Amino acid sequence: MRFSLRNCFQHLVAATLLTASSVGLLILPTSAALAKNSPKQQPDGLAQAKDDRSVYAEIAKAPENARSKRNPFENDADAVTAGRKLFEQHCAECHGNMAEGGKKGPSLREEEVQRASPGALFWVLTNGVVRRGMPVWSKLPEPQRWQIVSFLKSLRETEHVSSLNSQ
Amino acid sequence: MQIPQTERKPLPLPGASVLSALVLLISTFFSSYSCAQESPYIVTYDHYLEEPGNLDVEYFSTFGTQRASGDFHAFWMEFEYGAKAWWTTEFYVDAQTTFHDSTLFTGFRWENRFRVLQREHFINPVIYVEYEQKNGADKILKEVEGHDVASDYADLNSLLSQEHDHELEFKLLLSKTFKGWNVAVNPLAGKNLSAGHPWEFGYAMGASHPLALRASPNRCNFCRENFIAGVEMYGGLGDAESFGLNVTSHYLAPALAWNLPSGWTLRLSPGFGLNDNSHGLVLRWGVSREFAGFGEAVRQFLGRL
Repeated sequence: MRFSLRNCFQHLVAATLLTASSVGLLILPTSAALAKNSPKQQPDGLAQAKDDRSVYAEIAKAPENARSKRNPFENDADAVTAGRKLFEQHCAECHGNMAEGGKKGPSLREEEVQRASPGALFWVLTNGVVRRGMPVWSKLPEPQRWQIVSFLKSLRETEHVSSLNSQ
Repeated sequence: MQIPQTERKPLPLPGASVLSALVLLISTFFSSYSCAQESPYIVTYDHYLEEPGNLDVEYFSTFGTQRASGDFHAFWMEFEYGAKAWWTTEFYVDAQTTFHDSTLFTGFRWENRFRVLQREHFINPVIYVEYEQKNGADKILKEVEGHDVASDYADLNSLLSQEHDHELEFKLLLSKTFKGWNVAVNPLAGKNLSAGHPWEFGYAMGASHPLALRASPNRCNFCRENFIAGVEMYGGLGDAESFGLNVTSHYLAPALAWNLPSGWTLRLSPGFGLNDNSHGLVLRWGVSREFAGFGEAVRQFLGRL
């Protein structure tokens, strides 16, 4: 057989499309369900994670030297904004877009989280809670994990301001 | 030995395939996505597993140069699913085109990775177990082991594809991330279950670092923190009968990953053969996208049937 660029291209396109079609067929039936089941639209799932308060006990397992670590971005407004961006990208899928809790992750607005030291939150973020489904997040560089902690800590102030406004 | 080559017709392009490919593209835009921080490695594994319930769909290509034969383009799809936070399971299908020869399906793989320790430690081990069913024309070079050398791939596809391999492969994935640097080392041992093959050994190792450690407050595609640069090295270490570097091939490959906020990841890695037994150039690229809540959606879909 003589080499033909056109033949080769056809082979490549055919193989790619056949593979892609198998993916398409796999994803098609689930894509609609995925769209319907985003945390925003399916509040019934919130109860599952929110009711399970035992997960907050993980925060208390942070060792003393981890708990006493200070956030290098304390009082840094940019860190809160960057942390919000990172939270939306990596955490909102489980904990909800506003950290209110989702199907897989608990609310991060609860007292147990808001009262925890920044170091303890950083420790949980770094080590995950693997046996309960939370992956380790040490793949995010340390400064990014601290930025997420800054955002989480800012939620308390946001709630305080909004409660004052409502009064 | 010169084997007469049969004329191969181009594979058919049925309308359904085109339609399904379009469906794939459309569904990716309308379904829930997750933005993972993917490493740039293509051969090496770090200790991070897929998030539970998420499906990562990946496409990779490898263009390789070949002495005394046609260059090749091998490609594969990966479906990586986070079964648990400590267990990731992955299915591959792969194929290749050898220039001046033909295109053919070369096999499938099923791999599983198990995280051993619950928390982060100085070194984080992950156990990797894979079953492969492939033919001798497989050229994706996803791992290099034993006495794999470039000349093994020089024969015609029609000849290579007559060899059928059922292989079990075990890896110990050791990885550590510190101050933004990830360092990973993966020793491997593989056994062709067909009779008479000894255990084969190999290695892969890599190091990577994001271009910026701190995230910028703006949502942006080109922020430096979205790029992770690294380098990986991999090769064979002989087999149980002749362990060592004699008649083995080795590669060094810089690698770059671009994690887009939209959930897509692009990877590029030009690899270079380090000795005469290696392919001169192994250029790889890939695109992947992670779908959040895939497992839950499948459960709900099946529950409705």
